[in-house]
Amino acid sequence: MIGLTRQTVALGGRTILRDVSFTPRPRELTALCGPNGAGKTTLLRALAGLLPNTSRPDPRQAAYLPQSARSAWGLTVRQVAELGRIPHGDSSAAPVERALHLCGVEALRDIRIDRISGGEMRRAMLARAFATEPEVFLLDEPTADLDPAAAHDVMRLLRRTADAGRAVVVVLHAIDLALRYADRVVLLRDGRIEADLPASQALPKAAALFGLPYGLDPTPRLLPPN
Amino acid sequence: MIGRLAVLLVGASALSLLIGDGFIGTAPWPVITDIRLPRILLAVLVGGGLGLSGAVLQGVLRNPLADPGLLGVTGSAGLGAVVVFYWGLAASFAPALPLGGLAGAVAGTACLLLFAGRTPSGPSLILAGVAVSAVAGALLTLALTLAPNPFALAEVTFWLLGGLENRTLFHVALAAPPILLGALILLRLGPGLDALSLGEDTAASLGVPVGRTLMLAAAGTALAAGAGASVAGGIGFVGLVVPHLLRARMGERPSAILPAAFLAGACLLLTADTLLRLLPWVLPLSQPPPLGALTALFGTPFLVAIARRMAP
Repeated sequence: MIGLTRQTVALGGRTILRDVSFTPRPRELTALCGPNGAGKTTLLRALAGLLPNTSRPDPRQAAYLPQSARSAWGLTVRQVAELGRIPHGDSSAAPVERALHLCGVEALRDIRIDRISGGEMRRAMLARAFATEPEVFLLDEPTADLDPAAAHDVMRLLRRTADAGRAVVVVLHAIDLALRYADRVVLLRDGRIEADLPASQALPKAAALFGLPYGLDPTPRLLPPN
Repeated sequence: MIGRLAVLLVGASALSLLIGDGFIGTAPWPVITDIRLPRILLAVLVGGGLGLSGAVLQGVLRNPLADPGLLGVTGSAGLGAVVVFYWGLAASFAPALPLGGLAGAVAGTACLLLFAGRTPSGPSLILAGVAVSAVAGALLTLALTLAPNPFALAEVTFWLLGGLENRTLFHVALAAPPILLGALILLRLGPGLDALSLGEDTAASLGVPVGRTLMLAAAGTALAAGAGASVAGGIGFVGLVVPHLLRARMGERPSAILPAAFLAGACLLLTADTLLRLLPWVLPLSQPPPLGALTALFGTPFLVAIARRMAP
């Protein structure tokens, strides 16, 4: 099973993660939150086994979406999603079609990925992760570049995915999305886990972490879809 | 596309068999088997190896400007040949020249993998390639200044320009096994190249052994392009241009163009070598120009076109 036990990571002489223990659990949507440079991405990469002295999970079991996923070549959206089948060594159409549908990029399937918008590209990259049909999703800012409605769509998809029995770990800057959709919020600061608690109780600690006030009073803002 | 390229290759071979200085009349067989056939086979092998190496290197390094010359493979083959020249081995034992080139290509690749480290990444491989090219280029210049006589200097320079004239079936036998072995290694890298389009992290998370893929790409290039350079000298631009021509027609998925890149490289070099023999008939030339000069001359406009298309 994927997880870290008392993991310390140093890159280029700088310690980025200190003594971190974290295990994604099935049926759970976990949000990793914290200020810039807190070690969120490094924690996710350590879970994916991409750092020295970390163990690489079975690629059929875990899908990893990096923060700045770009394609060097102008593959079509469908060809990008098909890359998710490489761990299985097949090119079965059904999982790829399902993934394109789930991520809402069916209509773009034959368009080159360098000819669509940043948000559409982000969803195409997410479709690549879904095409693998893994047990664990490790997603670095899947809602970056997305418009508010699309961000809620993606978070609801991840909620449904966790409810269907998968473990989903997401790095999120949007605290409101984390509090609304996640089961569990892990707060990081300076490479340490400051708090690991249910989303319903996370707001005071998260606000303290960023040094921001928080409130429950309604302010003018966009509301999530019904 | 593969079918069309195969037809094109057969057509180009037939044309190449008929065009040239030798007169096919009373005794056609010596001209065909001793002169034209080795030349056609070598053009196909060398061009195919260059085209396929270029397609794999551009894919694995995610760099549209990569070609076998970038990794220093061509340069070290040239150095190997010049060292043989310098020692005067070529005069007493004709096959020494291509053997020296092959040894140079193998040594250059060994240095390349050594410089790049145990688990190379794309940028580290490019930097190692630039280092190997620079060292090979410097030593080559040094060897040329130490040339025993002007005659040797001229001969080496002409060889470095690249060409396929006066090659025999011996050269074919020498070049074919490494080129075909290298091509086999390179053709198997397809899925890894596709995964690498999304970067080394994503490829690794998809289960692709990234370091091993880079090493196999370098080793396959040494065999497929290095062996070519050892019998035909430094022929540039084929490896650079062929993948771009194919991507415009077959889509940009790296694995999709691999087999076609071998065939297209073969067609391109064979056609260039055939046209080159026609040039003295239309231009005031005493002899055909070197093949390497011709490919570079025709390759440059393609490079400019690519640059213009990539500009926003």
